[in-house]
Amino acid sequence: MKSFGYTITKDRQIDYDANDRRLIEYVEGIEPSIRICMECGSCSATCTAGHFTDFSIRRLHTLLQRGETLHLRKEIEKCMLCGKCQLVCPRGVNLRNLILIIHQALDKLHHDL
Amino acid sequence: MSKTAIIIGGGVAGMETAGQLNRLGIEVVLIEKQASLGGHLKNWDRLFPDRRESQEVFDYLEKGMNDGISLYLNATISDIREAGGKFTVILEDGRELSSDALVLATGYDLFDARKKEEYGFGIYDNVITSAELEEFFRNNKQKNLFEGVQSKRVGIVHCVGSRDEKVGNLYCSKLCCVTGVKQAIEIRELMPDAEIFCFYMDLRMFDRHFEEMYYEAQEKWGIRFIRGRLSEAAENPDHTILVKVEDTLTGLPLKMKVDLLILLVGFVPSPETKRLAGMLGLKEGDDRFLCPSDEHLLPNSTDHPGVFLAGTLKGPASIAATIVDARAAALQVAEYLVNGER
Amino acid sequence: MKIEGKKQIWNDYQKEIAEDHFFYVRSCIRQNFFPGSEKSFLRIMKEELKKDVYENPSHTTCSGIGYHTDIVPFETSMTMVARQFALMTEAGYENFTTSCITSFGLYSEVLNTWEHEPEMEEKAREFLYKATGREFKKPKNVSHASDVIYRFRKEIAEKGKYRLVNKLTGEPIRVVEHIGCHYSKMFPSKGVGGAEYPYVLIGMIEDWGGEVIDYPERRHCCGFGFRQYLVQANRGFSVSCSKKKFDSMEPYQPEMILTNCPGCPMFLDRWQYAISEMEGKTYGPDGTGIPVLTYEELAGLVLGHDPWDLGLQVHQVPVEPLLDKIGISYDPEKKFKAADGSDIGRPEAPVYLKFYPEQA
Repeated sequence: MKSFGYTITKDRQIDYDANDRRLIEYVEGIEPSIRICMECGSCSATCTAGHFTDFSIRRLHTLLQRGETLHLRKEIEKCMLCGKCQLVCPRGVNLRNLILIIHQALDKLHHDL
Repeated sequence: MSKTAIIIGGGVAGMETAGQLNRLGIEVVLIEKQASLGGHLKNWDRLFPDRRESQEVFDYLEKGMNDGISLYLNATISDIREAGGKFTVILEDGRELSSDALVLATGYDLFDARKKEEYGFGIYDNVITSAELEEFFRNNKQKNLFEGVQSKRVGIVHCVGSRDEKVGNLYCSKLCCVTGVKQAIEIRELMPDAEIFCFYMDLRMFDRHFEEMYYEAQEKWGIRFIRGRLSEAAENPDHTILVKVEDTLTGLPLKMKVDLLILLVGFVPSPETKRLAGMLGLKEGDDRFLCPSDEHLLPNSTDHPGVFLAGTLKGPASIAATIVDARAAALQVAEYLVNGER
Repeated sequence: MKIEGKKQIWNDYQKEIAEDHFFYVRSCIRQNFFPGSEKSFLRIMKEELKKDVYENPSHTTCSGIGYHTDIVPFETSMTMVARQFALMTEAGYENFTTSCITSFGLYSEVLNTWEHEPEMEEKAREFLYKATGREFKKPKNVSHASDVIYRFRKEIAEKGKYRLVNKLTGEPIRVVEHIGCHYSKMFPSKGVGGAEYPYVLIGMIEDWGGEVIDYPERRHCCGFGFRQYLVQANRGFSVSCSKKKFDSMEPYQPEMILTNCPGCPMFLDRWQYAISEMEGKTYGPDGTGIPVLTYEELAGLVLGHDPWDLGLQVHQVPVEPLLDKIGISYDPEKKFKAADGSDIGRPEAPVYLKFYPEQA
């Protein structure tokens, strides 16, 4: 393959139809409370990890909903499982469990993520 | 001698104002341009937030039409004259009706979705409006609508013709959000395995039980919400619709295929309101809806003595709010006719 | 797809296009990119349609490229536009027609600015007078040259030798139309058919016998941009834009792409080659590409002009499969010969994209 001194950029657009949504289906099956998130961001605002890394549990959850699971395994390692997010969530989403189930799902589904 | 009021417009506001005034002992003339009463209410299947049958509300309003109300259907007004505190309304067929007070209750029109060219309404086969969907529900024809639909993914687009300066409507139509959530749940009931998405900028669930309905839509019905205004739609080779939004909560552009795209069309002022307001010299707001004398204190009066306003000609309102407004208008009219106050 | 819906929109965006006596301004870049196009326009207009088209050799760039690259300030652009109008006025013409889409966009922008801010027009008049002593009248009619061809599309079809129909199957040729961004995205009312469903090229395709393909990324820019292309390292952005379009149109199996902008045919054509070399991907059947034509080239083909006179040999995506489908006669031996028969040289054959004439 030739090189012309520039490369073809990967499209940033979320291609919902092409994305693999098995992970979110698995997670939602076990922890249906994640459905009721209203994306307020309280969780991320208080997140211990989010103050020192670019971890955002709110955004991670939204990306998961869209089937965007790239770097997910690495991403959830940043969570310290302190449970503050869950404490502040106005709708009582079981966020701690979300992280735990993602761990479980990644192993179970043998995702290469 | 008893006093007379002419109500122009036989939708929810007009019917309720007429019924109330009639019960207060005022002689009422109700003029409606169409062949039957009910206006937009007749196009609804079930109402938000409790999803009661719209027919129940209509039946109540119709009961108020019983005695003493002179009804003029299929009647278009050609002129309104005024002399010595009396109004004469001249119909196109030459008939003349007179009264001591006028109530305008000429309502709204739905936004013409064709004006949002990039959404492809009227061009793509599977793009419809929320009003069309409601009509399908009402006539139990949903089956036709979803015939041949394979994966059953439905997109519901908020703010079509609202909050959009490009189409001249800066205002929020405020009832589309709850309509979208209601319809999402109703689609889900018909198609339990469908994926249903609402594309919104912010959900304005302002009234009682609305927010709870949003919660229920997520929790019980699994409706998904993507924050981002639809930028454009296109038709795929298989006639499904490709939608493009920015998923503003992830900060990424997003595309997805839907089998059916529903446009939540908002309120626009009706041309008939504009015409009659012109005859009577009434004030229009920047949003082109009519302005009462005082939005807080005299919401049904105008600067034109003896002329009153009721309902959605003043801006988007729910059926519940319209009925309250109509009753307030009736009281205002009665007070004017009895005490001569506006 | 309900065509009536589109027709309604097309009716809403009708623009006036002059009938005769055009003051024609060329593009800065098209004579290098697609050298036969402007020549073909003049030949069609003057010889076949018997119209009066005047060119003044002292016209310059409109400065659109500089303006869009943030090098030339608007006041300067405005004054250069004023100078072109002065040349038109001096020559006794009132109908201004441009070969370039970005010029067309800039002329529209300047005229629109003058309409809303008359003091800007005064400024332009003053600058022009001080710099050159020239004065001008604003044109009565401003059109893009594709508007003009659109206006005469039926006459061209009548005089035409070929139709956009597959000779063997009788099926219409499936055409993707791509409109330059500056044609109507900025001023929808200045484009035939508006900005969402522009009709200017569709009208030609329909009247010349082809079938139009409407695909999801039809509104996406070809990726030219300005600074996005001019800097080599940025070109990945440009090629990615074109690729997005190709990926979107591929399932519809287009047989050609028709364009009305200087940049779009360049990039939609050249990037097919670049993508094939970089990723081995081609978008037509059997390793061919999707031929990309300018509207003047297509009009010329319909009228029976020789493909090599139209400059089709400089296309990087070979046009021969399309010519063969329609049944247009050409001499493969003359592809790389000049008018006097001398050899003009031939490019190195691409690795993946099928090359014509095919090597034995």
